[in-house]
Amino acid sequence: MYATTVTQGLMAACLGVVLAAGAAGPSDAEDTPKHGGTLTYMIPADAPPSLDSHRETTYALVHTIAPFYSVLIRLDPSNPSDTTHFFCDLCTEMPMPTDDGKTYTFKIREGVTFQDGSPLTAADVAATWNAIIFPPEGVSSARETWYTMVEKVEAPDATTVVFHLKYGSLAFLPALADPYAMIYEKKILEKDPHWYEKNVMGSGPFWFASYDLGQSIKGTRNPNYYHKGQPYLDGVVGIFSPKQSVRVDAIRGDRAAMEFRGLPPAAINQLQQQLGDKITVQTSDWNCGNLITPNSRRKPFDDVRVRKALLLAIDQWHGAPALSKIANVHTVGGIVFPGSPLAATKAELEQMAGFWPDIEKSRAEARRLLKEAGAEGLTFELLNRNVDQPYMFVGTWIIDEWSKIGVHATQKVVPTGPWFEAMRDGNFAVVVEANCNGVVNPLMDTQKYLPRAAFTENYGGYVDQTEIDIYNKMLKETDFAKQRALMREYETYVVDTKAYEWPMLWWYRMIPERSYVKGWKIGPSHYVNQDLANIWLDQ
Amino acid sequence: MYSYIAKRVLMTIPTLIGAAALVFILMRLIPGDVCVVRLGSGGGSFSEHSVQMCHAELGINRPMIVQFADFVWGLFTLNLGNSMWSGKPVVLEIATRLPISIEIALLAAVVAIVVAIPLGTISALKQNTWLDLVVRTAAIAGIATPSFWLGILSIVLVLNVTQAITGSPWMPPIEYVPLWKDPIRNLSMTLLPAITVGYRYAAVSMRMTRSTMLEVMREDYIRTARAKGLLRRIIINRHALKNALLPVVTLLGIEFAFLIGGLVVTEQVFNLNGIGRLFVLAVQNQDYTLTQALVMLVVAIFVFTNLVVDLTYAWLDPRIRFA
Amino acid sequence: MSTSAPFHFAPQAVAEEVTEIKRSALGTALEFCRRQPVGTLGMVLVLIIAVNGLGAEWIAPYNPTSNDFAAMTEAPSRTHLLGTDQLGRDIFSRIVFGARTALIVGFSSAIVGGFAGLVLGVASAYFGGRIDLIMQRFMDILMAFPLIIMALAIVSIFGTGVHNVIAAITIPLIPRCARVVRASALPIREVPYVDAARACGFGHTRIILRHMVPNVMAPFLIMLTAFVGQAILAEASLSYLGLGVQEPVPAWGLMLQGGAEEYATTAPWIAVFPGLAIMLTVFGFNLFGDALRDALDPKLRDR
Repeated sequence: MYATTVTQGLMAACLGVVLAAGAAGPSDAEDTPKHGGTLTYMIPADAPPSLDSHRETTYALVHTIAPFYSVLIRLDPSNPSDTTHFFCDLCTEMPMPTDDGKTYTFKIREGVTFQDGSPLTAADVAATWNAIIFPPEGVSSARETWYTMVEKVEAPDATTVVFHLKYGSLAFLPALADPYAMIYEKKILEKDPHWYEKNVMGSGPFWFASYDLGQSIKGTRNPNYYHKGQPYLDGVVGIFSPKQSVRVDAIRGDRAAMEFRGLPPAAINQLQQQLGDKITVQTSDWNCGNLITPNSRRKPFDDVRVRKALLLAIDQWHGAPALSKIANVHTVGGIVFPGSPLAATKAELEQMAGFWPDIEKSRAEARRLLKEAGAEGLTFELLNRNVDQPYMFVGTWIIDEWSKIGVHATQKVVPTGPWFEAMRDGNFAVVVEANCNGVVNPLMDTQKYLPRAAFTENYGGYVDQTEIDIYNKMLKETDFAKQRALMREYETYVVDTKAYEWPMLWWYRMIPERSYVKGWKIGPSHYVNQDLANIWLDQ
Repeated sequence: MYSYIAKRVLMTIPTLIGAAALVFILMRLIPGDVCVVRLGSGGGSFSEHSVQMCHAELGINRPMIVQFADFVWGLFTLNLGNSMWSGKPVVLEIATRLPISIEIALLAAVVAIVVAIPLGTISALKQNTWLDLVVRTAAIAGIATPSFWLGILSIVLVLNVTQAITGSPWMPPIEYVPLWKDPIRNLSMTLLPAITVGYRYAAVSMRMTRSTMLEVMREDYIRTARAKGLLRRIIINRHALKNALLPVVTLLGIEFAFLIGGLVVTEQVFNLNGIGRLFVLAVQNQDYTLTQALVMLVVAIFVFTNLVVDLTYAWLDPRIRFA
Repeated sequence: MSTSAPFHFAPQAVAEEVTEIKRSALGTALEFCRRQPVGTLGMVLVLIIAVNGLGAEWIAPYNPTSNDFAAMTEAPSRTHLLGTDQLGRDIFSRIVFGARTALIVGFSSAIVGGFAGLVLGVASAYFGGRIDLIMQRFMDILMAFPLIIMALAIVSIFGTGVHNVIAAITIPLIPRCARVVRASALPIREVPYVDAARACGFGHTRIILRHMVPNVMAPFLIMLTAFVGQAILAEASLSYLGLGVQEPVPAWGLMLQGGAEEYATTAPWIAVFPGLAIMLTVFGFNLFGDALRDALDPKLRDR
């Protein structure tokens, strides 16, 4: 059912039709939401660097301040798994694009106020989007490159915002639904573009109450919230805790009701064992997956036979169910989010190196290729990031897999900074990376696999115009079937033919919540659906 | 005496400057920087342009020598600047975290004193009995036990025992409230870490108490007192203990400086928002300003404690002054 | 030293160090056992660890790094004496192999740090004057400097190999050893025979090696045993912070990091046994060190 919705949505989007819908009602039709109570939740990270959502990239920021802000459009809060339909938050109706898909005109709700009492108008929305897309000198905007198709944003009157695009693009609406695009107040932005780094002033379901440096964030109910009846909670408290055992213990001891990123299976099992029906778990495939990148500029990884051999040695089909018991990985897939209509089917996957159903045959081929390349008994260092879940589990697992074809790899684990630096400098042999995205958008999400000339954050060090050509052809294709065929061609070329990048298990999101928490729905991204407006407590 | 003090104080200056240079260089030798960590922390991509902009904003594209001069001048004028990670003043970042760390350190010290001095004394008086053996073994075990391991086990124990007894598990609070606002909540959060850290502290002090006590009991004046037929209790309380305690107090002082450091691991275990956790965070974020300030704080505490200890000894023992 | 590792090495050994030690022969091992039953216990513990470390291949029933997804987080049983960890690895085998890592880290750090300290300490005492003053300031800096920064820098720059961890642990040991050695060597420098040797035109090296080094041997050896235990604890702390050796290398501190904590309530054996191994080993070295001090220190001998 999930797949069909996405297919339909995608096809609809391909035809340039945008479904319009109002704001979603309460999600649990059978239950009537109760008002009151305070939700204490764990934020599985250290405090974000600043409080400016336009500037930061970490999910910790969304988990910290999303309850205090409104956005222009978003995914359905009662069904965030559907990532192709978009709904209004501050607008009144999803617009049909005019002018050959180059103009989007949004009507803005009236009567919305910021926490300081000043009214929110179209001018604030336009000023926010201008700050995101065209940041003033000296101000950084983390995602400005997503909006290269936008020519200008203007607010002709207090209730109208118009986006003028340079060219029509299917990537526009998903980008517009970015949960980081929180609406700021125009007069504050004009006075000091850095003000929002250290302060909060929004119009979301909750009012900002206090921020304890490095410890917690607190909010209270916004009595003037524009979605009727919401929010249900009187207040929210988010507590920073990068340490998983502390978060699990906190939920177990009911010091906190839930967390929103995703816990590994062992923690989930433990909570279920100890709390029985006092805990509820929601699960979803996650639009994040690991990928292993060999350094194609370094010997012997410049030899496609060596790259392919290393990929062939890994038994993903058997590894996934086993690893899924201990790490938040789950689904074997290619470069596209599994379940997306653009993703490879199992039969299609099994044609590619690294996904052969017969692992013995696969390893025999791997040994043959290594021998042919003169790289038997290869020894190298696998660079990894010091993040347990699931980087280090995946790293430890594939080292064991490689040992089965006589390849000896040692793991070098470094903190985030040196990890990025080593990749940027090409100073590694093979590295464990991840490709993690918000709103599911395969055409954008698979850019990660493009050579650096086309996508600056690719670290494989390969140069390949053929690949870029396939991608560009796919990007401009509007016929879904043809586009899907091109995606297969692109995927097979990157993974099987050239073995430039090795997709290595998609993650699995498992969210535990005390059973008295109701109303929140899981989606495939931990960036999305964090304003907490629809959560209520059954106590 | 004054010239000794002056000399001793002057000697701390090269240590402080040397430590400043060392942390400055080491931090910059680590590949990557705060901008890369910050921009990449979301797992998404970032452009070279945004890295450069961030560098310029933080001033880490300036020549090293200028940055160092800036840092030392900042130390000199006590203006430590802003954290490169959060943009908040370094002083504020540290001041927010200091109370909980100090509270746990003090509590641990109390635990140590309450346990160590009586036990150490008894152990010395009952030398070579089974009691002595038990105390000494417990003390050596205290030095040998990784306190983070003790912390992990104690959390699990508390959760499991309370679940077994009351049916629902109890966990210490996860949000710090100052002692004066809610003493019970505060203590139920800090006591467990304080005991975990305090065990080692107690163990070290216990050993010191025992050995100095043994030494003092052999001194001539104690023998004289005994010969005079004074009550054993009076000898111990009036004479022996008083003299034996000086080295113990010294040790407590020095160990206190170390204790703050020991909190790095303990605060990780218990998720306490203290100096230790801030330290790890600052280093991982490659936040130069904050790390530098924290290192200088730790070094300063260390240097200062040593200075006080040295001066106390000099004051007590004239030979040192004139050596 | 215990978990103060991330910042400093604790000074208890320094504080407890008795510097006025006259040379005394070690005596026979038997004599030591008779006089020091507790120390003997320590020695036995150390020996057990050493045997495990040296003969790990023969003692461990399983490969310590191979995953077994069919046997994850299994409780202790006859097939897996101490159970298995989250990757299905045999904990007993990992502890046995971990002894090797612990001994390599412990002894290398202690010996390298100890000898560097010995050389610097004796040289500082022998040459005195400005050289002494400058060296002591360097030692001050290293002593006051938080270990975690040093460790993180070394690990970030050079990677997380065992040798880099050893380097990180060794550096702070040097000043501590140098301090104590210097203090023991200073009085000897004033002894007439050193002057006599100098007057005879003997070279510095010869005087240092022949006359000064032997005289500081007793405190040096005591400190060396203490260092081994302290280095093992430091390694555990660094591993816990993710700055020590890395998976899949079997190391005790590493076994306590990450998974162990997450499984502590449901599979406590993952967390309990490696911690016990650390504790018993350091305990053994401390007992042995205490006994050694008693044996070498005439002032304490008859207590």
